[in-house]
Amino acid sequence: MSGRVLVGVKRVIDYAVKIRVKPDNSGVVTDGVKHSMNPFCEIAVEEAVKLKEKKLIKEVVAVSCGPQQSQETIRTALAMGADRGIHVEVAGKDYETLGPLQVSKIMAALAKKEDAQLIILGKQAIDDDCNQTGQMTAALLDWPQGTFASEVSLDGDKVKVVREIDGGLETIKISTPAVLTADLRLNTPRYATLPNIMKAKKKKIANVKPADLGVDLTSRLEVLKVEEPPQRQAGVKVETVEDLVGKLKETGRI
Amino acid sequence: MALLVGALRLNLLANSRNFYKFTSFVGVRSLSENVSSKSVTSSSPEVAGDHVIYTQEHFALKESLKKLIDQEINPHVEQWEAEGKFPAHKVFKILGSAGFLGVNRPTEYGGLGLDYSYSVAVAEELGNIRCGGIPMAIGVQTDMATPALARFGTAELKKEFLLPSIMGDKVACLGVSEVGAGSDVSSIKTKAVRKGDEYVINGGKMWTTNGTQADWMCLLANTSDGPPHRNKSLICLPMNLPGVHIARKISKIGMWSSDTAEVFFDDVHVPCKNIIGQEGMGFTYQMLQFQEERLWAVANALTSMDTIIQETIQYTRQRKIFKQPVLYHQAVHFRLAELQTEVELLRSLLYQATALYVKGNDVTKLASMAKLKTGRLARELSDGCLQYWGGMGFTSDVLVSRFYRDFRLISIGGGADEVMLGIICKYMDMLPRK
Repeated sequence: MSGRVLVGVKRVIDYAVKIRVKPDNSGVVTDGVKHSMNPFCEIAVEEAVKLKEKKLIKEVVAVSCGPQQSQETIRTALAMGADRGIHVEVAGKDYETLGPLQVSKIMAALAKKEDAQLIILGKQAIDDDCNQTGQMTAALLDWPQGTFASEVSLDGDKVKVVREIDGGLETIKISTPAVLTADLRLNTPRYATLPNIMKAKKKKIANVKPADLGVDLTSRLEVLKVEEPPQRQAGVKVETVEDLVGKLKETGRI
Repeated sequence: MALLVGALRLNLLANSRNFYKFTSFVGVRSLSENVSSKSVTSSSPEVAGDHVIYTQEHFALKESLKKLIDQEINPHVEQWEAEGKFPAHKVFKILGSAGFLGVNRPTEYGGLGLDYSYSVAVAEELGNIRCGGIPMAIGVQTDMATPALARFGTAELKKEFLLPSIMGDKVACLGVSEVGAGSDVSSIKTKAVRKGDEYVINGGKMWTTNGTQADWMCLLANTSDGPPHRNKSLICLPMNLPGVHIARKISKIGMWSSDTAEVFFDDVHVPCKNIIGQEGMGFTYQMLQFQEERLWAVANALTSMDTIIQETIQYTRQRKIFKQPVLYHQAVHFRLAELQTEVELLRSLLYQATALYVKGNDVTKLASMAKLKTGRLARELSDGCLQYWGGMGFTSDVLVSRFYRDFRLISIGGGADEVMLGIICKYMDMLPRK
């Protein structure tokens, strides 16, 4: 086994920013807005680096698809301990319509090219909340998948994954090569130490175009409209249980 | 769909690894934290390429330090303020292990050998700590007690005191001010009399930040009887030596989480090799790093000032008076705009001075101007913003009242306003001629 792990990292609007919808309702405002690595991607990077520190894998490669600025996101992954990066350049219109289908095609192509043993992704991105890339990538590669992972352990050429599911926790054992997606409780990502931030400057980020990987970026989706959620209406206070039942009947709820 | 998105986002926030941050403030500061914990206050440009002095590395540094603060420091600030002390060894070890205590110190001693602009970036980011005491204590460690040692100390001395201070294993403090001598450094009375190959130290120091927890002190003492600017030396003094008495922890109106001590020296024997650089040069050495120390204070306060304005905006937006938000009254939003304008002006001065300093220029005049303005603006801003919080501003439950108390020190410590004015006048050649 190559001992190589690909980790996908996505540049998204920072979780603390108040999102504003563009006046023409075509999307959200991204210009001049603080961006950072998707929190679930951070967890994915942390898991990969932990595996390397335990000497269970040999190399962590951070991948990001997007414009020039995506390189900053890759640098953060490098500062956390990834060995090298791959920036798949997608800009302009292509970037606006870039979605899980296109990204998973890219990840699949890279996985074959890099002879990856594992692909670790965040379970979903906090901007589109799609929760699809990991699953689609596994399907395209015909690899097993361990999604919503809250615990991962490698054992030879098998991976034991504890998954967070609606009913509780599910433990599965899958063979490598495989795709894993990180859930919240998988680990607590480290903060990059300053020496590592400086060392990351010297690590390599390769530049790749989707066409080089034979990937067609055409989207089959068209965003018609983006709207803010409706303003929360004020509630009504009632004095007694009878009043409550009366009000519910009035508004036709019961 | 939107509801689901909203719910997922809330889910993330509620369950995130920052959960303990939420629980730690339940009951106290709850209003303030609710209002501010998710605000992004940076007025710096999004793109690293556009910033006057910061590169991508500076931003990566700031982001990492912010995370450290959010995870390891801010959740405990309430408790440490209440206890009147923060665990310096624990916090410094965390910062030191991450490389933040020696950004512009030599690499041979665990530093990163980066230029002063990185120290400014660290100082700015430490302003995200929700009190003034802890950043001040860190500042003493990084930019007050160690610069002279880093520059003029022997290799042996640096190995014993500088290296562990940068790694966060030893806590440092600075012994300059005395009960009878504050702004007037040249009239300190502490004596270090040479006896064989030892100095015997008698006297005392006042206002010693980290004093009750420090492992060593960078001590300024009179080592001869010459002219007052040429008879003093800096000595690395281990605090556990017999004769070193920590008389008391001083009770202050602010900076509560920083322990400030009054220290006495009763026939303390320290080897002569513990002297930093040349005997008699102590005063000069200490003056050399004033520019760095003062710009550091400016950088630190600016971030906190931004935070106060942002929290005040958010509070006054939801607080209603006469049927509309307090913020909607023109007097309020106009005043906040004025204050933010002053903050940006001061920030520009900071960056200009930093850029010039990094290129090797003497920025004493600009640094003194910036320190002077910071002390005054911080008081004006915290006082003005507190007013808009009304009764809540007067409680201990909000951040603005804490900074109202903490900021008062800026005009006093690290060079009083009056000293700054004297320096500026000297550079403008306005002082009475002899």
